[in-house]
Amino acid sequence: MKAETFGSPKTRPGEQWYKLVEDASEKKRHVRMADEAVCIGPAATKDSYLNIDHIMLAVTKTGSQAVHPGYGFLSENAVFVEKLEAAGISFIGPSVEAINGMGDKLESKRLAQAAGVNTIPGFDGIVNDADHCVQIAREISYPVMIKASAGGGGKGMRIARNDDDARDGFRLASQEAASSFGDDRILVEKFIDKPRHIEIQVLGDKHGNAVYLNERECSIQRRNQKVIEEAPSVFLNEGTRKAMGEQAVSLCKRLGYYSAGTVEFLVDSEQKFYFLEMNTRLQVEHPVTEYITGVDLVHQMIRIAKGHPLLLTQKDIPIKGWAIESRVYSEDPYKNFGLPSIGRLYKYIEPLHVPNVRCDSGIDEGSEISIYYDPMICKLVCYGNTRNDAINTSLEALDSYVIRGVTHNIPLLRDILTETNFIEGNISTNYLSEVYPDGFKGRQLNSTDKQHILAIAACVFSKMDMRSYTFLNERPSTAKRKEPAEWTLVISLFDEELQCDVKKVGNKFHVHMKTDTLSVEDHINLSSPLIQTNINGKPIVMQLVSKDASGKLQIVYQGTTFTIFVLSDKASKFLKMMPEKPTVDVSKVVLSPMPGMVKSVSCEVGDTMAEGQEVCIIEAMKMQNSLVAGASGKVKAVHVKAGDTVGEDDVLIEFE
Amino acid sequence: MRSKMALYCLRGAVRSNYIRRNYGVCGVQLFNLYSTAAHTLRVNQQIKEKRKRALLGGGESRIDAQHKKGKLTARERIHLLCDPGSFVEYDMLVEHTCSDFGMEKQKYPGDSVITGHGLINGRIAYMFSQDFTVFGGSLSSIHAKKICKVMDQAMLVGAPVIGLNDSGGARIQEGVESLAGYADIFLRNVLSSGVIPQISLIMGPCAGGAVYSPAMTDFTFMVEDTSYLFITGPDVVKSVTNENVTQEELGGAKTHTTTSGVAHKAFHNDVDALLQLRNFLGFLPLSNKDPAPIRICDDPWDRDVPTLDTIIPQETTEAYDMLEVVVNVVDERDFFEIMPNYAKNIIIGFGRMNGRTVGIVGNQPKCAAGCLDINSSVKGARFVRFCDAFNIPIITFVDVPGFLPGTGQEHNGIIRHGAKLLYAFAEATVPKITVITRKGYGGAYDVMSSKHLRGDVNYAWPTAEVAVMGAKGATSILFKGKPDVSKYEAEYVEKFGNPFPAAVRGVYFKIGIELLFITTVSS
Repeated sequence: MKAETFGSPKTRPGEQWYKLVEDASEKKRHVRMADEAVCIGPAATKDSYLNIDHIMLAVTKTGSQAVHPGYGFLSENAVFVEKLEAAGISFIGPSVEAINGMGDKLESKRLAQAAGVNTIPGFDGIVNDADHCVQIAREISYPVMIKASAGGGGKGMRIARNDDDARDGFRLASQEAASSFGDDRILVEKFIDKPRHIEIQVLGDKHGNAVYLNERECSIQRRNQKVIEEAPSVFLNEGTRKAMGEQAVSLCKRLGYYSAGTVEFLVDSEQKFYFLEMNTRLQVEHPVTEYITGVDLVHQMIRIAKGHPLLLTQKDIPIKGWAIESRVYSEDPYKNFGLPSIGRLYKYIEPLHVPNVRCDSGIDEGSEISIYYDPMICKLVCYGNTRNDAINTSLEALDSYVIRGVTHNIPLLRDILTETNFIEGNISTNYLSEVYPDGFKGRQLNSTDKQHILAIAACVFSKMDMRSYTFLNERPSTAKRKEPAEWTLVISLFDEELQCDVKKVGNKFHVHMKTDTLSVEDHINLSSPLIQTNINGKPIVMQLVSKDASGKLQIVYQGTTFTIFVLSDKASKFLKMMPEKPTVDVSKVVLSPMPGMVKSVSCEVGDTMAEGQEVCIIEAMKMQNSLVAGASGKVKAVHVKAGDTVGEDDVLIEFE
Repeated sequence: MRSKMALYCLRGAVRSNYIRRNYGVCGVQLFNLYSTAAHTLRVNQQIKEKRKRALLGGGESRIDAQHKKGKLTARERIHLLCDPGSFVEYDMLVEHTCSDFGMEKQKYPGDSVITGHGLINGRIAYMFSQDFTVFGGSLSSIHAKKICKVMDQAMLVGAPVIGLNDSGGARIQEGVESLAGYADIFLRNVLSSGVIPQISLIMGPCAGGAVYSPAMTDFTFMVEDTSYLFITGPDVVKSVTNENVTQEELGGAKTHTTTSGVAHKAFHNDVDALLQLRNFLGFLPLSNKDPAPIRICDDPWDRDVPTLDTIIPQETTEAYDMLEVVVNVVDERDFFEIMPNYAKNIIIGFGRMNGRTVGIVGNQPKCAAGCLDINSSVKGARFVRFCDAFNIPIITFVDVPGFLPGTGQEHNGIIRHGAKLLYAFAEATVPKITVITRKGYGGAYDVMSSKHLRGDVNYAWPTAEVAVMGAKGATSILFKGKPDVSKYEAEYVEKFGNPFPAAVRGVYFKIGIELLFITTVSS
């Protein structure tokens, strides 16, 4: 039995996989892939995946002999493991002691120090309250990291650069910690600027053997959650890799650690590394390690749980090629590098036709992305002989990845993979805020890109126009009827306008713009989400998201969706005479940036708020987001109260 | 088939002769034998001048004023509506006949309306476009005659009539003649009803008696901010009832598409409206003698739609969006919704399946639980009757908890209004396919294109439940006075909360999501 998706379990003879399910995901893919599914409660995770009693009931009901906890939820919960062991069921994971020791950040740091692992300077104890937090932060000196003692995965983590940050950070982190882990203990440590996040995968067995499976570079993060991971790292030299691996193994041996685990390090620009934490479970990004080492980690975990000794020794573990994992999230990358988005995937096609691509996902066409879970749609893992190959494969895969119904972060992923700093390997955990200081604005187009998009838009329009003339069962009319073969169009993208002449010649559209003529092969199917055709003989992939009779087209090019208006020249001429519609002034309101639940409201009608002051907190997908006043003013109306569910762009608070 | 073809040819011949004789730009004078060369040249010159004047309508300054209001001129509208170069104008040189109030000195060739026929995506349509620059688009007797002529012609040929309304009202100087003109148009609206599609696009004011023509056409569309429909304007309202109301509030696009239900849809501006109208016509047959059009289809008819498996929530009381079901079923998610903002508890509109136009009716659980009330019944009934008249197959998605109870509904006649929808579905003889997605409760189940009202193919999804009423209501009647009614409730749910009671009675064709069947039947 396993409680979370880690790709397709390879069922071996004699194995029967059960799947735990809560109401909201009854129709998700992992449910259909398992041999049998068991319902463990309603959608809210604390009543289902986090409810040990419910899960124990399911385990005993199915007569399971072992439980794989996946990642997240109860995968690092010692109480759960104890209960399983008491019931005589094996837990496919480490021992209770290891989970306890590494699960608590303070304890883990002490253990790591004892095992001779480099650690970060910080405060060795529990922070009592916000003032205490400020005091400690001053002692360590800013910047500091405030994080949940029980936490992981970026939840309940805040960086503070001054006293105010420290106070806010303490409050938010402890609330998040309480809601995510049921434990609001907080600790503070030195925050290392410009660090890289590099982690070592380890495997240990019950016989005292342990090996490291090289590193994963996970520096590309937003709000301390990983976005792109790769293995190996461009940064480490052989010596550092070995030193880090050996420290990780020594920690394992010291702990008597068995099963798969990950030792996370922060590495500074001089390849000095500090122990961060150890994750006593399989990690989301484990496939990149599997690709470069050829080791099936889930398989190893099951073997180890059964008590088999490791057959691998350190010299059996190679670095072969390069693997990159892009986490495809259901979130809007234009808002703070990703705010959750919900909806139903009415169209969903994974780019599995591209060789060397693996998609680990828990969803399918028709799946609904709800506010209850992490907004991750898929782990897109691409492999190549070299880093360049892996990047190119990733690009090809992302370009033909069809996701409709939710806003997703492919535009950002696609852009990072072609960004100069990334290509040169010049990255750190601050990558996003340094490369996109004003936030992500979508793919920046050069003139050729622009021309290609406009040409495709013109062809789509022409194709639609031709089709609107082709009726199959009309009476022969007295009028001479001919579908058009020539168009004079005016196309606008952003605020630019361009005249363009299109001519259909045989199986080609000749698109004339300014001084250039492009020849586009008519491989365009208006029903297909993908446009795969040739422009001047060069293959090109775009996606057609929507089209309408008013000439509005949405086309995806290199991940980013562009809205293009195509009109005949006469319609365009007339449109210019039409008055502009007034737009609603949104500066006097606070809109919900995403769907979620109102956690708290910190203002009342009549309050005077300063610009940037927090007005309320929205919680979605287990992340708390503090919303602030956009301008100073007096609160005119508060439309929500704590506990309300809100949709994207709902008006929460109005100012006078 | 052959006789039909012959009829078409005959009609074509009649039409072209008719045009040549009466309406050609080279009028009858050119063929008179007594003209001298000089005379001919002079007449030619006169024709040229008159045409030039006709093309200018009310003159440059009035055209500018029209543009300043954010409106296109009558000619520009026709130019945009028709395929390039396809518009054939009638009565371009006709002039009004009024000689009172100095009107004899103010004449404009063509008067205040432009009429004719043209092609829209290669298909013929008749149209009139009222010219606000000439006497405020007011309706003179000759204006009415021009409109009547195209309407008669459209009936003869069997093609839609499109009215682009932009008129201040009756030509007061003409008195009863103008009123007679309205009545002539009304009569033709009625006689054409159900024979050819009639569409009104309100692109400016339309007030007083004039409003009844659009009201009797099949579809009334409006343009936001620039169009108004009302019986009496704000000034009269003020003097009679002492109410203060703006034009927009009284009869603007928003009022009529959300509150009154007079208009079927509103568009952003003239250009948007005309482009959308071109698109909309592609859904309609030319007349009641033509089949629902089949356009070339790129969307595979046997496409699998896994999304349909997940739309209906597990909780039977939870709302969902029926529009999701609709757009996932029709070709390319292309659904032209009619009255999207009025009586939102029912969805109506046109889509295509394997290229053929279908009319979609669906209860919308997202709004008022998808119940039937007065407004939704009237909205649905009119649509069903249109589809029935014009050979458009109807697909009905049912999730209806019943009719809306309450004095508000009963006192306003939910019984007779609800009956309209029942009548319309029962009367319709076009192919009718019904899919029960979830609830089919009470009389409302019967109404929604049930098997018992000549439904051709009725499907039930696995989530379907058909019963006289919900469990709570039913058990409180069945077990009145007994303690522990809730335990019977569970029994009731077990019995009726599934598709089986109706399935064993042979009501359904099949249980399950078998879109394959739906598409084959409709194509």
